Amino acid sequence: MTTITTIAYLLSSILFILGLKDLSSPKSARRGNLLAMVGMLMAIVVTLLDKEILHFSFIVIGLIIGSAIGVIIAKKVEMTAMPQIVALFNGLGGGASAFVALAEYFRSNGVLEKSTTVSVVISLFIGALAFAGSLVAFGKLQGFFKSIPVVFKMQKSLNLLLFASFITLSVLVVIYPANSTGLLAILAVALLLGILSVLPIGGADMPVVISLLNSCSGLAAAATGFILSNNVLIICGALVGASGMILTRIMCRAMNRSLSRVIFGAVGGSVVGDVQKEEERKVIRYTEEDAVMVLESAESIIIIPGYGLAVAQAQFVLHELVKTLIDKGDKKIRYAIHPVAGRMPGHMNVLLADANVPYDLLFDLGDINDDLQNTDVALVVGANDVINPAARGDKQSPLYGMPILNADKARSVIVCKRSLSPGFSGVDNELFYEPKTMMIFGDAKDSISKMVKMLTS
Amino acid sequence: MIESLLVSNYIFVLALFVGSELISKVPPLLHTPLMSGTNAISGITLVGALISAGAGHSWVSAILGMLAVIFATINVVGGFLVTDRMLEMFKKGKKRG
Repeated sequence: MTTITTIAYLLSSILFILGLKDLSSPKSARRGNLLAMVGMLMAIVVTLLDKEILHFSFIVIGLIIGSAIGVIIAKKVEMTAMPQIVALFNGLGGGASAFVALAEYFRSNGVLEKSTTVSVVISLFIGALAFAGSLVAFGKLQGFFKSIPVVFKMQKSLNLLLFASFITLSVLVVIYPANSTGLLAILAVALLLGILSVLPIGGADMPVVISLLNSCSGLAAAATGFILSNNVLIICGALVGASGMILTRIMCRAMNRSLSRVIFGAVGGSVVGDVQKEEERKVIRYTEEDAVMVLESAESIIIIPGYGLAVAQAQFVLHELVKTLIDKGDKKIRYAIHPVAGRMPGHMNVLLADANVPYDLLFDLGDINDDLQNTDVALVVGANDVINPAARGDKQSPLYGMPILNADKARSVIVCKRSLSPGFSGVDNELFYEPKTMMIFGDAKDSISKMVKMLTS
Repeated sequence: MIESLLVSNYIFVLALFVGSELISKVPPLLHTPLMSGTNAISGITLVGALISAGAGHSWVSAILGMLAVIFATINVVGGFLVTDRMLEMFKKGKKRG
């Protein structure tokens, strides 16, 4: 590697770091992304000019195909589909690292330094794991197959067995690097483990899984950097690895779930709560008309969107409602966003931004929660677990300890919801039975459209 | 060799810390663009793919390298473009409406 290449790699690393720094504010974020793009372009061009590269035909074919597919996907994707697209890209990145590890191994005919062989094994394993896991996550989110947790007996033991065989195979490969069978076996184990560990994970746990896979693809890139003694790969891989880990931790905390429980638990879907009890209790149904009257007389409204909003594609008409209400009178209307309101970290903010909601109306859980008690109406659309008061008070509840939005403290609560069915946690929600709560059942998009019509007519 | 490995480890660990510092300052509002942006950055493995595909030692590694180039390019190009699309929407938010 020439001095110029090394210096250029350093410059692109600096650009990546500055780019990430700019992402700390919505004002500078777009510039940050641009800086990272420039950094990437610089690293690529410098690599192509390096004399290590002798044949360009494969590279050109690869770049053209890859760019075309990348552009098409990026232009066409709907904002609701963002989690699966990030999962897909992520998987491809991991897969690329695994391919590079294999290619470098075959290029050397197995004659590698011990430390390089270790890096090959790690890069191959994490890369292939991220690839397979991300594709399963993609499939689940896209609805190719059921997003409910797939659980079978001996699942944990099988995963453990696979991991143990990975360790054994790695030791063998490092001792006898000339035999490629071991490496291919590691590839198979990693793919299988990737599939098996994401299959049992349910839809609402996806934010954690995607963050974790993101971290994996970063670490795989870093491991590839160790193989090639390439510092820009090591730096970028570490940055992304750290980012994924932090987001994973934030998501786990927001769901009150430890990482091991997400991966090994498959908690979702288990119906807790007494069915008998539910039947006895009556919920009073309200109409859209009742809701409009309450909303019109309210001075302050906080909207709490959940994933149900995205499913019903109601974010656009919801913003319509907000605009109509503001036009009609001087109201303070804000959105309260729970960290796990979407299917990936920050997803709800993107969906609302897509519906032209200004980002200064979007508030994070910690910033707005204390204001809910001074608010006239909390309008809940398609959210359930994230407003369940049991998380605060009921020590028996599986939700206990999860940070929630205190919708129950608002003076009145309007809940738009498809049915009374419990949320992902399977826990009944006390709030729905409270006298100050108005339940409006039905498709959120229809209900809110009706409200807008009543307000404008 | 051992020395360069040590240096690589230094760089790796320090970059992990820089990453943690940077990311913890990103508000939840921007977590999705952050994720797709860092995701595109992890496509830096494209640099490794280019070396594998272009070094021309054997057919096997050239083909593997080309596959790696395709995968990583989708990751990089798609990732940055989709991030830009999202961040553009957040910009529009500046005018109140």
